[in-house]
Amino acid sequence: MSEEEEEDSDKVRRSATNSAASAPPFSDQVLENVLETVLQFISSPRDRNACSLVCRSWNRTESLTRQHLVVGNLYSVDPTRAVTRFPCIQSLSLKGRPRFADFGLFPPGWGAGFTAWAKALVDGLCAGLVKKLVLKRVTVSNSDLDLIGQRLPNFSELTLICCDGFGTPGLGALVENCKQLCVLDLIDSDIEDDNADDQALVDWISKFPKTHNCLESLSFECVPYPVNLGSLESLVARSTNLCRLRVNPHISIGQLCRLMLRAPQLTHLGTGVFCSPMNEDEEVEVEEVEAVFGSMKALICLSGFRDLKAELLPAIYPVCGQLTSLNMSYTEISAEQLKPLIRHCHNLQIFWALDTIGDEGLKAVASTCKDLRELRVFPLDPTEESEGSVSDLGLIYISEGCRKLQSILYFCQRMTNAAVISMSVNCPDLTIFRLCIMGRHKPDHSTGDPMDEGFSAIVMNCKKLRRLAVSGLLTDQAFGQFGKYGKTIRTLSIAFGGDSDLALKHVLEGCCNLQKLEIRDSPFGDAGLLAGIGHFYNMRFVWLNSCRLTVRGCREVARSLPHMVVEVIGDPFIGSPKLEDDEPVDKLYMYRSLAGPRDDAPQFVKIL
Amino acid sequence: MEGEGPRLLDLISKERDWVDKEVCKGKNRFEEKLELRLGLPGEETEKEEKQSAKSVFSLSFPENVAKKAFLGTAEAKEGKGTEREASGVHLVAHGTRNANSSIANNSSQTRNSNAPVVGWPPIRSFRKNLGSSSISKSPLDTQDASLVNSNRADINKKGLFVKINMDGIPIGRKINLKAYGGYDELASAVDQLFRGVLAAQRDSLVSEIEKSVGEEKQDIKVLLDGSGKYTLVYEDEEGDRVLVGDVPWRMFISTAKRLRVLKTSDLSVSYINTASRKRAATEC
Repeated sequence: MSEEEEEDSDKVRRSATNSAASAPPFSDQVLENVLETVLQFISSPRDRNACSLVCRSWNRTESLTRQHLVVGNLYSVDPTRAVTRFPCIQSLSLKGRPRFADFGLFPPGWGAGFTAWAKALVDGLCAGLVKKLVLKRVTVSNSDLDLIGQRLPNFSELTLICCDGFGTPGLGALVENCKQLCVLDLIDSDIEDDNADDQALVDWISKFPKTHNCLESLSFECVPYPVNLGSLESLVARSTNLCRLRVNPHISIGQLCRLMLRAPQLTHLGTGVFCSPMNEDEEVEVEEVEAVFGSMKALICLSGFRDLKAELLPAIYPVCGQLTSLNMSYTEISAEQLKPLIRHCHNLQIFWALDTIGDEGLKAVASTCKDLRELRVFPLDPTEESEGSVSDLGLIYISEGCRKLQSILYFCQRMTNAAVISMSVNCPDLTIFRLCIMGRHKPDHSTGDPMDEGFSAIVMNCKKLRRLAVSGLLTDQAFGQFGKYGKTIRTLSIAFGGDSDLALKHVLEGCCNLQKLEIRDSPFGDAGLLAGIGHFYNMRFVWLNSCRLTVRGCREVARSLPHMVVEVIGDPFIGSPKLEDDEPVDKLYMYRSLAGPRDDAPQFVKIL
Repeated sequence: MEGEGPRLLDLISKERDWVDKEVCKGKNRFEEKLELRLGLPGEETEKEEKQSAKSVFSLSFPENVAKKAFLGTAEAKEGKGTEREASGVHLVAHGTRNANSSIANNSSQTRNSNAPVVGWPPIRSFRKNLGSSSISKSPLDTQDASLVNSNRADINKKGLFVKINMDGIPIGRKINLKAYGGYDELASAVDQLFRGVLAAQRDSLVSEIEKSVGEEKQDIKVLLDGSGKYTLVYEDEEGDRVLVGDVPWRMFISTAKRLRVLKTSDLSVSYINTASRKRAATEC
């Protein structure tokens, strides 16, 4: 590789010296200049990846001009190598653990630390250019945050989703040093101080310099500690560009109103709680809150409501008509409480709620929110024996009323094939269909049939389907349909489904665009796994939990595919998993990597 | 390999047609009422037995699946009855699987089917425990959210809290009347309460340094004699607005339901008269 590079650079030098003699520039160089200019307009990572595969010079040019780097699995490449190949990146997006880690299926200490990447960024050529970091399911330490704040001079946007490993010291260090910080979004992250008594907590809000006024977005809903209200108020007041503010539950509604009055330009608001505080002297009335909301002319996204005093709900009526996104998924409201609210929300595109709204509530949503694109209905009682307040009826209402639906996540206990088929027919734009029938192996509750027909209909009729999560009683036949028709599926989640290896085989052989496969508690063994050997290199990861794999099968995969990192994850309390051929494998996580097996694997992880 | 797929499916669907759907349906609906919320155990158990009996590496798919499809539903009719009564909350879906599965060192394989499974349903931990209601949660059936306590004072052991609103400030506060010995203390407390808020509202764009200098100078001077910029009034049980300061303190505490700080210029003559009329009435 180096020889050819030298040749190229020789050519460039020669052309440079010759240019004075008015000879036409070498076509190579012209092409590269043109390419650079053209590539500026190409931003999608997939397109960029495609460009980089054309030829060597395209690869080089693309690498030099790439501004946004997305690494779907941070173990798939060595950080230094990534940063060296793309020296001009301005933004980096990393994902660490796979989604199942959110549900306790990954033992703590498994990995996905950010430190190596932080070091690579600050030491790399891109250090002066990097502005934005988006991390998902990554463990970030306080010193990582400190490093970023101090050594990346142009850093301005940090988004941490489902991350952990840091606390208020890291936040304090970041905001103190990062002069241009304009986005600090901490979403669903586990933030914990090692020593959490009040004296040791860092008052990170106060660490924003008094001159700092460029903040555009601040989300700290998941920070479990109180913040200095005075500092927050003054920060909000001087940040005239602030358009997104999401506070934590330590801020009372009265305090929130005062913040809102300082920032009438807000477009996104997270209320934290929505009730009166314990201390009497801060109590507010509906009219007062309503008046404040009435002044928020730009508000389009509302969330929070973690502790709702129902009488205060009418206070948000003034903004309902302008909302495009409403997240009430932390609060129990009934259909009766929802109806007067949702009646005004005719512009709503995203709606998240608890199933306490019931089928009636969903009917109300369906009759008003004709523009709905995304719906998520979470269970109040997330256990298998729960009553479940929404059912197939709710799904039918939504399918009939919200024809533009693109994404749905629906937790229920009772479902029918007919309802799912109805959705598949009425909502052809569906790209994400996630149905979780909470009781294991539940069939269609009215016919007793497996849920094959319904899910098959989704795969057949929704031509844009990218993400599918299945549940309920499913036979191999259903998976056959997935394999046959699910050509656009990129992410597939299976739980307690299928009868045999055949199901897995169908999926691995049929779903040619499959990138992410997560399976739990399904009767799939080595034979099924091995059926995917021809496809695994195209995938980001495969995760199998409590299926019927043995070490022999996993080893076979590792042997056939040298670039796959095949991790057998054991129990940290038991120690290293045994690796005799016939040993069952409870957790298998495998992914393609250019970096080879990682060196930070803990003792309970064995890489075959 | 690909060719085998459709053929297998055809085989399966044919097999399934053997099953008498009518009978199944009737049985299911009846037992649906008895069912404890989870899937059909009999069906599942039968399938599992057939499956684990064969070697894990066996590739004899057609026989396996076809048999199960038929046997599964046929035997389910018998299986259901017995299984249902046996289990408590969780139906025995994995009992036989455990018995027949490979070496039982692995905790997941020997997992008792009655035990809840980790991470199912897939809800993140911060979404759990939402059912445990908080202190301020109100009953779910209050639809006509009548403005509760909007004008009534909250009397509790700690004190007598009344709402106080000031002209020009959208959010009011509550103050504890019992904490003050007389009108002077009240006036000064109100002064303190709103001074900072007013200052902040006016100078939201001014830097903090300037603000702290300006603060001393801004004295809202709530006076009781009508001579200041603002005047304190209260609303009594009848909803009348009365000037604060005319009646004896203790009488005031027992009748005042709400306080307001109004601009003196907004007051009409009638307010001032009301107080003296009321005083006259009580004295008679």
